[in-house]
Amino acid sequence: MSAATDAVIPRILKTNEAELLDEWLKEQLTAFRPGSKISETELRGQSKEFLNLLQQATQAGHVTDIQAPSFGRVRDMLGDVSRSRGLQGFSPSETATFVLSLKRPLFARIRTELGGDADTLATVTWSATELFDKLGLYTTEVYQKSREEVIKRQQQELLELSTPVVKLWDGILALPMIGTLDSARTQIVMESLLQRIVETGADIAIIDITGVPTVDTLTAQHLLKTVTAARLMGADCIISGIRPQIAQTIVHLGVDLGAVITKATLADAFRRALEMTGQRQRALKPRA
Amino acid sequence: MPVARSDTLELRSAADVVSVRQAVRTWAIEAGFSLVDQTKMVTAASEIARNTIDYGGGGTATLELIVEGPRRGLRVVFEDTGPGIPDIQQALTDHFTTGNGLGLGLGGAKRLVNDFNISSRVGEGTRVVITRWK
Repeated sequence: MSAATDAVIPRILKTNEAELLDEWLKEQLTAFRPGSKISETELRGQSKEFLNLLQQATQAGHVTDIQAPSFGRVRDMLGDVSRSRGLQGFSPSETATFVLSLKRPLFARIRTELGGDADTLATVTWSATELFDKLGLYTTEVYQKSREEVIKRQQQELLELSTPVVKLWDGILALPMIGTLDSARTQIVMESLLQRIVETGADIAIIDITGVPTVDTLTAQHLLKTVTAARLMGADCIISGIRPQIAQTIVHLGVDLGAVITKATLADAFRRALEMTGQRQRALKPRA
Repeated sequence: MPVARSDTLELRSAADVVSVRQAVRTWAIEAGFSLVDQTKMVTAASEIARNTIDYGGGGTATLELIVEGPRRGLRVVFEDTGPGIPDIQQALTDHFTTGNGLGLGLGGAKRLVNDFNISSRVGEGTRVVITRWK
C-alpha cells in the first residue's frame, strides 16, 4: 500500500472530525438498549478522545498495524473502555459496538472522498476494514480478560466463604459443607478444619454434608482423608447429614465408611458429640 | 430403542464433571425418576465422567432420554480417545486403581445403574454406556 492511500484515512479523520463524531454517536446510541448504563456525555467524551487518538495513530503510518508503537495510546484507551464496560456488565457485542459502529460513518466519508477513483477506494476500504476488525477483536480480547478476572476473584471469594468452621460447644467444632467438593475446595476445607482444631483444642469435629448434592467416590475419599488427618491431630470426626439417597448410593459404590461415626442429622451428631465429651447433663439442663 | 431426546456435553476439565452431574440430574427429574434413582444415576455419571477426564484424557458425554414401550429411561454414553483399558475385568474389580483413587468408581457405577456396558481398545479409546430405567 502506498503512502498516498495510507494518508487518506488520517486525512478524513481530521477534516471530518465533527461530522464523524455526530454520526458515530448516533450509531452507538441506536445500538444500545434504552436505559443504557452509560450517559451520552460520557459516550461523547470517550468517542471524541478515541477519534483524536486514532487520527494521530494513523497519521504516523502503519494504518492496519495496531500493535505498532504509534497505536499505543489507542490500545490503552480501548483497553480502558473495554475493561470498564466489562466490569459494568456490558455484553461483548455492546462493548465491541463502540469501535465497530464507527465503520459506517467512516466508510461513507471514504466513499464521498474517493468516489471517482474505484481502485483507491477499494484499497482504502480494505485497509479500513482490516483496521476496524483488529480493533474490534482487541476490544473483545480485553473484555474477555476482564471478565475472567471477575470470575477468578469470585472463585477465590467463594473458596473462602464456603468453608466456615464454627464452634458449637466447648471442644466441639462443626463444618457445614455446601456444594461441590472438588479437590481445590476440599484442600481448603481440610486445612481450615485442622487449623481450627489446633486453635481451639477441639476433641470432636462434626462434618455436615447436608448441602453436598452428590457423594461419589472422590468426595468419599476426600472425606475419609479429612477424617484421618483430624484423627491424627487428636480429634474424632462425626459425619452428619447423610440423607437416605446418599446412604443407598454409598452402599452401592462400596465405599466403607464403617470406621467413621455417621449420623443422619447435625442434631444427632451434636448429641453424640456431647455424650462423647461427657457434657450431656449440662446440655440437657433447661435454662432458668 | 427410540431416543426421545439427546444432547452431547464436552468433557475437558474437572469442572465439566459438575456440568454433567447437573445435566443428568435435570434430565432424571424430567424423566420422572425418584430421588434415590436420580442420585444413583447422577453419582454413576459423575464416576464415569471423572474417569473419562482423568484416565481417558477427556471426551464426550451424550445424554439420551429413551422410551421403550411403557418404560422411560436415561442413558449416558461416555466416549474418549484415550489409551484404553487393557484388562476390563481387572478395572471393574473393587479397589483396583491405576491412579490414586479408591478404585471403586467403575464397579460402583456398574452397581448403581440397570445396564452397564463398557468397551475399550488399547490405544484407541473407551466407551462406557450406563442406563437407568424409571
